[in-house]
Amino acid sequence: MADLTQTRVAATVTTPTRPVRRIPWEAIGDHAILIAGAALMLVPVYMMLASSSHTDITIHRNGLQFGFGDDMAANYNAALFEYGGFTNTVNGMTMLGNSMILGLGFAIGKIIVGMMAAYAIVYFRLRFATLAFWVIFTTLLLPLEVRILPSYEVITWMNLGNTYTGLIVPLIASATATFFFRQFFMSVPEELIEAARIDGAGPFKFFIDILVPLSRTMIAAMFIIMFVYGWNQYLWPTLITTDETLFTLVRGIRQIMQAYADGSTTPEYGEAAALALIAMAPPVLIVVFFQNWFVKGLTESDK
Amino acid sequence: MKRAAFGHIGFPILLLIPQLAIIAIFFYWPAAYAVQSSFYLQDPFGFTSAYVGFDNYARLTRSTNYINAARFTLIFTVLVTFFSLALALLLAVKADKVIRGAKTYRTLLMWVYAVAPPVAGLMGVMLFDQGNGNITALLERFGWDFTVGVNYWDTAIAMMVVSVWKQIPVNFIFFLSGLQAIPRSVREAAMIDNRSGTARFWQITFPLLAPTGFFLLIINITYSLFDTFGIIDTLVRGEPGNNPLTLVYRVFVDGFRGGDLGGSSAQSVVLMILVLILTIVQFRFLERRIHYT
Repeated sequence: MADLTQTRVAATVTTPTRPVRRIPWEAIGDHAILIAGAALMLVPVYMMLASSSHTDITIHRNGLQFGFGDDMAANYNAALFEYGGFTNTVNGMTMLGNSMILGLGFAIGKIIVGMMAAYAIVYFRLRFATLAFWVIFTTLLLPLEVRILPSYEVITWMNLGNTYTGLIVPLIASATATFFFRQFFMSVPEELIEAARIDGAGPFKFFIDILVPLSRTMIAAMFIIMFVYGWNQYLWPTLITTDETLFTLVRGIRQIMQAYADGSTTPEYGEAAALALIAMAPPVLIVVFFQNWFVKGLTESDK
Repeated sequence: MKRAAFGHIGFPILLLIPQLAIIAIFFYWPAAYAVQSSFYLQDPFGFTSAYVGFDNYARLTRSTNYINAARFTLIFTVLVTFFSLALALLLAVKADKVIRGAKTYRTLLMWVYAVAPPVAGLMGVMLFDQGNGNITALLERFGWDFTVGVNYWDTAIAMMVVSVWKQIPVNFIFFLSGLQAIPRSVREAAMIDNRSGTARFWQITFPLLAPTGFFLLIINITYSLFDTFGIIDTLVRGEPGNNPLTLVYRVFVDGFRGGDLGGSSAQSVVLMILVLILTIVQFRFLERRIHYT
């Protein structure tokens, strides 16, 4: 290891007229590790994708597949459009729609509520601002999973079981977005509000015309993180939606598992693989395409 | 608060109302309700309840199910945290070092962040399936008869493998951004002082990454405790049986399957205290973290 670095240093000092060509073992090793890591991430999902083009029997006999088969259209068609479930009222499209509603509703709701609260805390001389701050930020301490049963009881008591409100709003009851926007607002230069006030802008105008446009990147970053978080929710939707027409894709995975556990017939592997791919595609694509915003949002919010 | 803050009263209160209302109804109320129910014993149908003091907590200490879950959660958390942090750190160091393809590697190593835990669990179920799982078949060649759902530790290993796989991306993103925040001048000085890459890593890079590492440690513990629910639920196929279960899964099983509101609430309260301790440790550290950077 030691002399490898040494040669690298030496290589940079030698005159460019006589370039030293050595095999860069160290760089090869680095790439090998990275490629192995990338493969570890990719291969299982690739196998799911390839398997979603095979019949149930093939997968049942030989496990997940590496090559593509001929049943892709049939499997995705079944996953998306074939009605199933206990009541035969739900198909992949319904679940896709519900996942969208949950992801978007959660992300938008959380951002609006969070921005408003953060604005109030940072930009106003409120006597109880510190109290409000602590009341709000205590929620960062306890994830929903910890208080799952009492939350369920409260929702049932309010008759919000099997409603979108009951599905989305309790998930918003955590101050991650508020905290994130508070941090950002604090870093906005003081001069901005001074200038705005001299020009006679009121709090509403300042918020809409200056602060919101200024936060565009932050909003985008937060939106991506929150959308993915909302889309991927599992435990809460499992509890709160018993009505199949309200199932999300991720919730639908549980139904697949129950059919799996039955063991009476050959599980619909192909369709299950297709459904899993449909469930992961939207959040994965968003994260990949907007990765700069996403990484910024993730690392700057400190979650 | 800003120096030139607005003096209005009504408007900010209006802005705060949605947030405060939501957390009052969906956070403080359930949390208080959990604490209260943990002192009561309810009949399974929820008609009557009697005050039993700390009896629900005492019951936990006597329950072998609960103690097993606590023991498993500890092992699970330690191993998942260690392996996902170690692998992510290795990958981040390499991704930070290579010149060619750095962006491609970043993308390839982080996208799994967006895969939902139960979807990852479903892949685990298929790969580790007793009859036709690809990994099971592979292990069989080495003479390991891997039986998920039957053998306690085989199931545990499958859970951990999937959980680590799912968590590597988050750690990778944070480690990489931590590495990129190390100033060029520091790196160059280290290069001159110390020619050994390994020594440079342990003496310079690793201590500079310590704040990120500590922050991630807390994040990973929280992940192992709570966010792995979907993975565990799919791998046990919704049938707890004799499978290894984490504490959160027990809250769910005892509360929703067993109908034991008091016991489940007592477990919730125990978890709340655990998370509170973790967060206090984290906040105390975050204050000190400023000195590092």
